[in-house]
Amino acid sequence: MSLEHFIDNAISPWMRNDGPESDIVLSSRIRLARNVADVSYPLIADEEKLEEIRDFFQENYEHQSFRNHEDLEFISISDLSAIEKHVLVEKHLISPHLVKYSDEAAALISQDEQISVMINEEDHLRIQLYYPGLQLRNALEDAFALDDWLEERVDYAFDETRGYLTCCPTNVGTGLRASVMMHLPALTLTKQINRIIPAINQLGLVVRGIYGEGSETIGNIFQVSNQITLGKSEEDIVSDLESIVNQLIGHERNARSILMKQSELTLEDRIYRSYGVLEYSRIINATEAARCISNVRLGIDLGIIKHTSRSILNELMVLIQPGFLQHFAKKNLTANECDVLRASLIRERLELEK
Amino acid sequence: MECQECHERPATLHFTQISNGEKTEIHVCEVCAKEKGYLTYPDEAYSFHHLLTDLINFNASKIESVENDAFKQQAQELTCPHCGMTFTQFKRIGKFGCASCYHTFSTRLDPIFRRAHAGNTKHNGKVPKRTGIDLQTRKQLEDYKKELQYLIETEAFEKAAIIRDKIKALESSSKKSEAGDKS
Ligand SMILES: [Zn+2]
Ligand SMILES: [Zn+2]
Repeated sequence: MSLEHFIDNAISPWMRNDGPESDIVLSSRIRLARNVADVSYPLIADEEKLEEIRDFFQENYEHQSFRNHEDLEFISISDLSAIEKHVLVEKHLISPHLVKYSDEAAALISQDEQISVMINEEDHLRIQLYYPGLQLRNALEDAFALDDWLEERVDYAFDETRGYLTCCPTNVGTGLRASVMMHLPALTLTKQINRIIPAINQLGLVVRGIYGEGSETIGNIFQVSNQITLGKSEEDIVSDLESIVNQLIGHERNARSILMKQSELTLEDRIYRSYGVLEYSRIINATEAARCISNVRLGIDLGIIKHTSRSILNELMVLIQPGFLQHFAKKNLTANECDVLRASLIRERLELEK
Repeated sequence: MECQECHERPATLHFTQISNGEKTEIHVCEVCAKEKGYLTYPDEAYSFHHLLTDLINFNASKIESVENDAFKQQAQELTCPHCGMTFTQFKRIGKFGCASCYHTFSTRLDPIFRRAHAGNTKHNGKVPKRTGIDLQTRKQLEDYKKELQYLIETEAFEKAAIIRDKIKALESSSKKSEAGDKS
């Protein structure tokens, strides 16, 4: 079963390529919500109808290729073990919603893991496309073409006035959620982020920290996305988001260079201490690991830590999560066992860089 | 106002639950709302859901403030013929049951959309390639006709002739495809 390679590797193949601004922007994502005409939404539709939709996509699209994204793998969620589901969610290939609410849920995932089409999520279709770095326009162009390709054989629920008709009123119109994952350690360290987030929220965009247990932001990683889906064209939504992201990049770079100028030694100390913790600890929880990984990544970006690849942040962020750890151990683990395995996997991974 | 479940955190989510004609006010914090299952989809962006419950409550209060039982009755019984969802249910869960709900509840949706989408109520983006082909042609025709008018007003007759030919070609091709559909 080739599901295995999605699950065995913490890093998706596309993450190995650096995109534009990849010292700060980890990835860009375009998501389009679509529904099949004349069928109720998965929330209340009959099982048989949802099975029909799922089977239709398996019959028509399994092992098809779209552009350079080869060989769509069809994955029926009910065939997965609890741990396998966990890993796919941790890799952002499928959503927690897809796993939780529907027995007829499925996904089509390309071998490069850039495309994931979720079937019978909150909407019948959630088309997702990932790109490394800041590449919203490329992702949108690709997503539009993918959307057209799927639409050749599917009638969408569409209305001239309201646009694409989605289950949730917050997605209606374009059905577009464009988002960007950003690593903002310097803005967090200088606490500027606390002023920036409310300001951006006022502009109709949403900034969210990636939360772990508790409400602490994990690894200084933030997701910025559009909130408005109705009344603006997709191009405008993307360019508005892009301009805010570019401003954030500017602020982060600025904060980094000020930190380097004013307190280089303190910063260097912080970065090397974190490297030390990752390299030598024997027990480490996810929050501490994420904090240290973020610091090390900052060290790589600032040229303080050399000979370590940038993609280590993306990779370790998945590697340290409980689903992946348990998949690796091939059994269920207690929290303590997770902390021990996490520490040893991180050590091994850093060893590979030498 | 404090959360009625934990009595610790402030209540940030306010629901009106209607079951068997009984109205119950619920004021909870986000943590308790998640625990007690008031948030149906806790993994969707919190802020979106938050916003949505707010704006749907806003809408509900507007309807309920009208002291007219007949109107209330009518509002509650607005039911989608395709999926059976009532407007009251839609208000409570904040999700549509099917695409037909949009038509059924059409007259009540503008205030909800306006609040969720910064004042917008009309789609202004992509149109399906195949199913929306007539719509695309019509939009293109409108654009050409505007351009034609402008060109005539500015006496750019050579360019106007080109646009006029384009309009003719587009009109005849869309007629052909319509005829093709019917046969
Ligand atoms: Zn509470
Ligand atoms: Zn309906």
